[in-house]
Amino acid sequence: MSVAKRTFDAVIVGAGGAGLRAALQLAESGMKTAVLTKVFPTRSHTVAAQGGVAASLGNSTEDNWHWHMYDTVKGSDWLGDQDAIEFMCRKANEVVVELEHYGMPFDRTDNGKIYQRPFGGHSQHYGKTPVSRSCAAADRTGHAMLHALYQRNVRANTQFFVEWMALDLIRDAEGNVLGVTALEMETGEVCIFHARATIFATGGAGRIYQSSTNAFINTGDGLGMAARAGIPLEDMEFWQFHPTGVAGAGVLITEGVRGEGGILRNNSGERFMERYAPNLKDLASRDVVSRAMTTEINEGRGCGPDKDYVLLDITHLAPETIMKRLPGIREIAIQFAGVDPIKEPIPVVPTCHYQMGGIPTNYKGQVVVPKDGDPNVAVSGFYAAGECACASVHGANRLGTNSLLDLLVFGKSAGETVVEDNLAGNLPLRPLPADAAEYSLSRIARLESQKNGESVFDVGLEMRRTMQKHAGVFRFDNLLKEGVEAILKVAERSKTTEIHDKSKVWNTARMEALELDNLIEVAKATMVSAEARKESRGAHVRDDAPDTPEYPNGRNDNEWLKHTLWYREGNRLDYKPVNLQPLNEGTEQIALAKRTY
Amino acid sequence: MSKRSVHFKIYRYDPDKDEKPYMQDITVELEASDKKLLDALMRLRGKDDSLSFRRSCREGVCGSDAMNINGKNGLACLTAIDDLPQPVVLRPLPGLPVIRDLIVDMTQFFKQYHSIKPYLINENPPPERERLQSPEDREELNGLYECILCACCSTSCPSFWWNPDKFVGPAGLLAAYRFLADTRDEATSERLDNLEDPYRLFRCHSIMNCVDVCPKGLNPTRAIGKIKDMMVARAV
Repeated sequence: MSVAKRTFDAVIVGAGGAGLRAALQLAESGMKTAVLTKVFPTRSHTVAAQGGVAASLGNSTEDNWHWHMYDTVKGSDWLGDQDAIEFMCRKANEVVVELEHYGMPFDRTDNGKIYQRPFGGHSQHYGKTPVSRSCAAADRTGHAMLHALYQRNVRANTQFFVEWMALDLIRDAEGNVLGVTALEMETGEVCIFHARATIFATGGAGRIYQSSTNAFINTGDGLGMAARAGIPLEDMEFWQFHPTGVAGAGVLITEGVRGEGGILRNNSGERFMERYAPNLKDLASRDVVSRAMTTEINEGRGCGPDKDYVLLDITHLAPETIMKRLPGIREIAIQFAGVDPIKEPIPVVPTCHYQMGGIPTNYKGQVVVPKDGDPNVAVSGFYAAGECACASVHGANRLGTNSLLDLLVFGKSAGETVVEDNLAGNLPLRPLPADAAEYSLSRIARLESQKNGESVFDVGLEMRRTMQKHAGVFRFDNLLKEGVEAILKVAERSKTTEIHDKSKVWNTARMEALELDNLIEVAKATMVSAEARKESRGAHVRDDAPDTPEYPNGRNDNEWLKHTLWYREGNRLDYKPVNLQPLNEGTEQIALAKRTY
Repeated sequence: MSKRSVHFKIYRYDPDKDEKPYMQDITVELEASDKKLLDALMRLRGKDDSLSFRRSCREGVCGSDAMNINGKNGLACLTAIDDLPQPVVLRPLPGLPVIRDLIVDMTQFFKQYHSIKPYLINENPPPERERLQSPEDREELNGLYECILCACCSTSCPSFWWNPDKFVGPAGLLAAYRFLADTRDEATSERLDNLEDPYRLFRCHSIMNCVDVCPKGLNPTRAIGKIKDMMVARAV
């Protein structure tokens, strides 16, 4: 079957923060670039980020990138690569100021500078006191950022392919990446996008869990495509459970609420974080707060008739502060929790929010895989940035506001690297294999012809329940072991999903079935990686790896200070070392230590 | 909460098989956790996977799931299902070509948005740090920058229905004023020139349908009034 083909210098998959930032870099270079996106760019999930973007501008409290780097390494529980972390923290001021120049409507200080607020895990003097590092536009920072980046791309005449879903990565026999296949929603046609360079900026896969802050579109498409094409996924056992999702609805309530003075309380009204994190209290790192909340609930100190949530209290803040700094949160609380936070506290529970792992990259945005004994060999023609990538700057736990920063820094960096690699002659337009689209077409044909198959809805539900039950905030050896078996069974069922709608035009049933294929890869990677890691670190905390003098917080650096790599083929694991060396000589390494807040 | 069911009448059209659109009668049983219209629609999709609509964030910030609900434009994810009189009549946003079911072709809407140059124009070399802006000047952007481009407003506006190719529409004009009001932007006269036309701006007759439907509580009519004031001010 012949398939239409389009040829570009570069193809970017995804038009959230990272994809749009990379697109700007390529637009300036004059490289012919296509940006494929499942949804109109401003509908990407970056839009839902609330609290801010980190940069050590020091506009209201003294700050510098060294402190930011320290906080990020510590937040990562030392699993983050220190070269990438140094790179990100040093670049933060530059990319945030650029964003302001693009027109981003940041809030302002009295002297006209970008407004900054405190956020969890961010500190001065290497963990001593909270710092105002989060650059914010009210509680709509992601929205303001995504629109500013889209608008800048309108100015740059970026070529978008809107409502196109990428299906599979195209590689040649040597493993070079040659582009993607993609499905146009409006026509149902599959097309090959042939390119010198392919950048994945496809976002996260938080929809593998039952309770998630993530949008419906966060289905790990880039991870699924990479895994099916033989690229390993890194550190997939590490998922961030955001402390404050609206109980029941899962909708996000920004940590900025606590940055502005919000307090978490249990059923006796106690500010329980004082017991768990005497120094930073409610602004401790997210994994720490989520575990404290879960412990309160598990020990019977939750609120409500079923004692299954805690309360986020801002009733002591001035109504003007709430209206000015947290207007969106007030709307969300009224809409989804049925309470006006000016008068009543908001019921919240830890909710799946962010994927620390992803497609392995270096700080330049090149996708890297083990080859001939070298753990980090660049895959020619393949780049990734943002939540779908693992640079790794977040390690075992991401700090709030570092995600938007990640998008800007590594979106830009991936774009720059493509331009450099192209100028250096390293990106020839390699010939397409004759069967470049066969795999995608066979997946679609299978869906068309499936009879007596499984419902996409039911299999998806089973996957989300399995992940929620077996790989949640606290992890247990037996549950993980059962979880591996359970998720492999769900994966088997997903091979025979059946859709009833066989039409061409805007077939959302087909799209959801294809998305489920991607989610399933992420779910398997998560469960298998989590079962294997026999220590507690960051967001991955096991009952059989408790806090002991030998293993502080249950962390075992002798055996587990390493990145997990999960391969789809054979469902197998490999590991590679963490890079503890900063990028530049003279930058001090952040030495291993026990994490306390 | 006990089981409850909702009776829908939904506009259906699949160009692959339907000669013309029709209204489908369908009832769905809700779970206790289903609070919003979008929850009910997702439940409905479990029953009939051919019903097509856009959706993403389910919290009113991405602007995907705008539709005409019992005759009024709104976002499915912010509309409480229990508050809706039944049968709940769902149609695609009015005034734009229908692609399928509740999915409209938004090309014309975005074309108008793009036509106002929705980006900061300031050709001076930027300073090393941020451009300064006072909190008061920044406040001028409130009520403007929050637009989510859902198109509820423009597709409830008769002037946009009659002249979608000539009248910018409330969403585009709100964006135009967002840049006119930004002290960092230096293209004021160019922007006003761009709108000085019997149609582009002046087809707004202030009937305020846009204000009535905006799910973010924004006021495009006021922004349009301010652009008109700027036009007058520069004419005298």
